[in-house]
Amino acid sequence: MGVRIGILAFQGDVSEHIAAFRGALHTGKLEGEVFAVRTPEDVRECDALAFPGGESTTIQRMMEKTGIRSRLMDFSGGIFATCAGMVLIARRVEDDARIQPLDLMDITVRRNAFGRQRESFEADLQIRGLDSPYHAVFIRAPLVTAAGTGTEVLSTMDQHIVAVRDGLHMAFAFHPELTPDPRLHLLFLQGLV
Amino acid sequence: MAEAMKLEELRFGTELLKRGFASMQKGGVIMDVVNADQARTAEEAGAVAVMALERVPADIRKYGGVARMADPARVREIIDAVSIPVMAKVRIGHFVEAQVLETLGVDMIDESEVLTPADEQYHIDKTKFTVPFVCGARDLGEALRRIDEGAAMIRTKGEAGTGNVVEAVRHMRNIMGEIRNLQGKSSQELVDRARAIQAPAALVAECAKLGRLPVVNFSAGGIATPSDAALMMQLGADGVFVGSGIFLSGDPQKMARAIVEAVHHFNDPKVIAEASRNLGEPMKGLDIHLLKENEVLQTRGR
Repeated sequence: MGVRIGILAFQGDVSEHIAAFRGALHTGKLEGEVFAVRTPEDVRECDALAFPGGESTTIQRMMEKTGIRSRLMDFSGGIFATCAGMVLIARRVEDDARIQPLDLMDITVRRNAFGRQRESFEADLQIRGLDSPYHAVFIRAPLVTAAGTGTEVLSTMDQHIVAVRDGLHMAFAFHPELTPDPRLHLLFLQGLV
Repeated sequence: MAEAMKLEELRFGTELLKRGFASMQKGGVIMDVVNADQARTAEEAGAVAVMALERVPADIRKYGGVARMADPARVREIIDAVSIPVMAKVRIGHFVEAQVLETLGVDMIDESEVLTPADEQYHIDKTKFTVPFVCGARDLGEALRRIDEGAAMIRTKGEAGTGNVVEAVRHMRNIMGEIRNLQGKSSQELVDRARAIQAPAALVAECAKLGRLPVVNFSAGGIATPSDAALMMQLGADGVFVGSGIFLSGDPQKMARAIVEAVHHFNDPKVIAEASRNLGEPMKGLDIHLLKENEVLQTRGR
């Protein structure tokens, strides 16, 4: 049956995440299925969960309305989080009372850390575990301003942390789901199986 | 460990960044607001972005005269009030208003028929900007012409400020139907079709291949209730803009939350029913057939 990957489907680039994981399973010749997660019951079906990009305030509101929040906080499988997803799974969000994060990873994040949309950028990053640079897309991106001792830093930019890993969990300030390079998805999937 | 990045190695304002920004809005509600208080209400209700305006479209109709870009002070006040993206409207073809909004830090510019057009021949060359643009369209040809000019997102026009969803439905059905009609056509037939609708052949071919527009497509212009919003989602919209429908309703906070709820659960009538209870009076609305020719906004810009 393979690995079951649920994409949290409240708001944001959900279809891009689904396509990216399906593509990575195919490229890596791995068994598995990818599906949208909307209810607390759906979470039970997952070996791994992806938290997509989008607006963290909006996604948070939907998590509360659907009662999925507590189920997510107890989730023990792998987590793949990008941008707004990284904000939501953090332990702490700096200077912003709007978000009460899920505390699934020992990181502190700052929202919209690079500025507004005109400051959004593309860059080639060195990422630990990859042997050549990764082309990364940052859109109104957050940053990790502090990571716990158990958290491995995978990539930095100007000393700012933009990719982290802790056990089965990986979080990115950028959007691996928007570029055709499947290496980060494969790295994540290989950690699961 | 990774080496430090140099600023000159970064790339800004690319097509991928513009379309990527639009993708992050999917499944969301973008709300028209005219001040910081309304912007905060929208954010708390779960809006994915706000549209900063001098007046909502229904009030633009009432007020008459030339409708222009909002006062920069107002735009700035709204930017400072919320953490979600802020969009703002410019007149069709008015690239200097767009330059001003970009300088102010607006995250996406709406080149909008709701304001009085500044150019009846040309739209803005949107490739010249770092920030992304959203543009209105009533049919596939219009949508693809805007994308060809650099629009990173399309919204079907509907008829703004009417609280009447009929035109929004017409335009969404038009575009979805035209794309369905491209399926199975030969490359020659697609070129023929592109000529007929005055759109670039490459974009027509891309739509045929994808089975949808190559950018995010929201619905706008007349959405006034949670059911209206869910209707547009079921017809294939990636999200909705709500203009006058929220802050001209009896209880804006409740209406805003209910519309967000309905968009997220657009296939679940039980949730929509629950969200629609006791919302008070929706905006009054207008019969499209009673509008005079010069009161119709959707025909501005082709």
